[in-house]
Amino acid sequence: MSTLHTVNKSPFDRGSLQTCLRVASKGNAVLLIEDGVYGAMKGSNVAELVQGSLSNTSIYVLGPDMKARGVDESKLIDGIKIVDYKGFVDLTVENDKVNAWV
Amino acid sequence: MSNIKKFMYVNRKAPYGTIYAWESLEVVLIGAAFEQDVSVAFVDDGVYQLLKNQDTTEVGIKNFSPTYSALGDYDVTKLYVEKESLDARGLSLEDLMPLTYEDEDDDWAEKDSIKVVSSAELAEILEQQEVVLSF
Amino acid sequence: MKFGIQINEGPYTHEASVSALNFVKAAVEAGHEIFRVFFYHDGVNNGTRYTTPPQDDINIVNAWSELAKANDIDLVICVAAAQRRGIVDQGEQERNGKDGNNIADGFRISGLGQLIEAGIQSDRLVVFGD
Repeated sequence: MSTLHTVNKSPFDRGSLQTCLRVASKGNAVLLIEDGVYGAMKGSNVAELVQGSLSNTSIYVLGPDMKARGVDESKLIDGIKIVDYKGFVDLTVENDKVNAWV
Repeated sequence: MSNIKKFMYVNRKAPYGTIYAWESLEVVLIGAAFEQDVSVAFVDDGVYQLLKNQDTTEVGIKNFSPTYSALGDYDVTKLYVEKESLDARGLSLEDLMPLTYEDEDDDWAEKDSIKVVSSAELAEILEQQEVVLSF
Repeated sequence: MKFGIQINEGPYTHEASVSALNFVKAAVEAGHEIFRVFFYHDGVNNGTRYTTPPQDDINIVNAWSELAKANDIDLVICVAAAQRRGIVDQGEQERNGKDGNNIADGFRISGLGQLIEAGIQSDRLVVFGD
């Protein structure tokens, strides 16, 4: 079983990203959408947590939500992959289920 | 509907400040009729939903906490409470409602529905689920 | 694949409905089937035909009605959540003695069982919320 986790809130607004990373299993995928994209940025005080999680889970960020917020690709933590809505759909198909941390 | 799926309901929000706790409980109760393999997880502020002695009289809204006690009768007997969430909030099992069910496979012995689990245990439980509903 | 979609928030205040719209469009374009879109909590507010958003912004309610019509998608609004929030169809209007109804094209009001069924019958259930 592999889970795709989605996180839609900023890590400075809610603890959703932190909780998600705490209970994600090895090999799971995490997709940051909506305000969750801020969790993918370098230099914040959760960046180390997120970077560290890359050894446990793959982390993706939704491109359209990044662009909407003026978050440039150059600002992302290394190793985080950008996907579009089609990529979001593909991630739900490639994993066995979706766990949305709303 | 002969296929039984492992359904997990994830509760992460406190009661009363928003309606999610109550409306998610309504889903669990209706869902019970579909005879799936149901678990309910209480994580982050969701653990507050299970605190004892809720009294909403002075606020004037419905106190729905007694409904948790009915879950056992609906065969919803796997209530997982994350230990890290309790600890972060200075809470322990003793602060929570004593929710039980009668195990028909064990001569109707009364058993605890609440299982306090670590993050790692919860991660394993989540991995085994087939459908996750979040509120 | 067959998708079930759960939407927990209303239009505009949260991005959930728009995220779900875009996801559903992409899924349909990729050849997947949408078993049902179920609107719960404030999500039921996506089903009122009385919104008048500014002309230069997306009309979320219409977007759902049009997407559903073009792709034969079942849009279901939870009856209990709808009653609390005042989303009413003809049947609810008569049952509850209201002086009108406001449900948008393509939406229908039904019970929570429809959400559970979506979870059982779909290959993937995707939740959009706050």
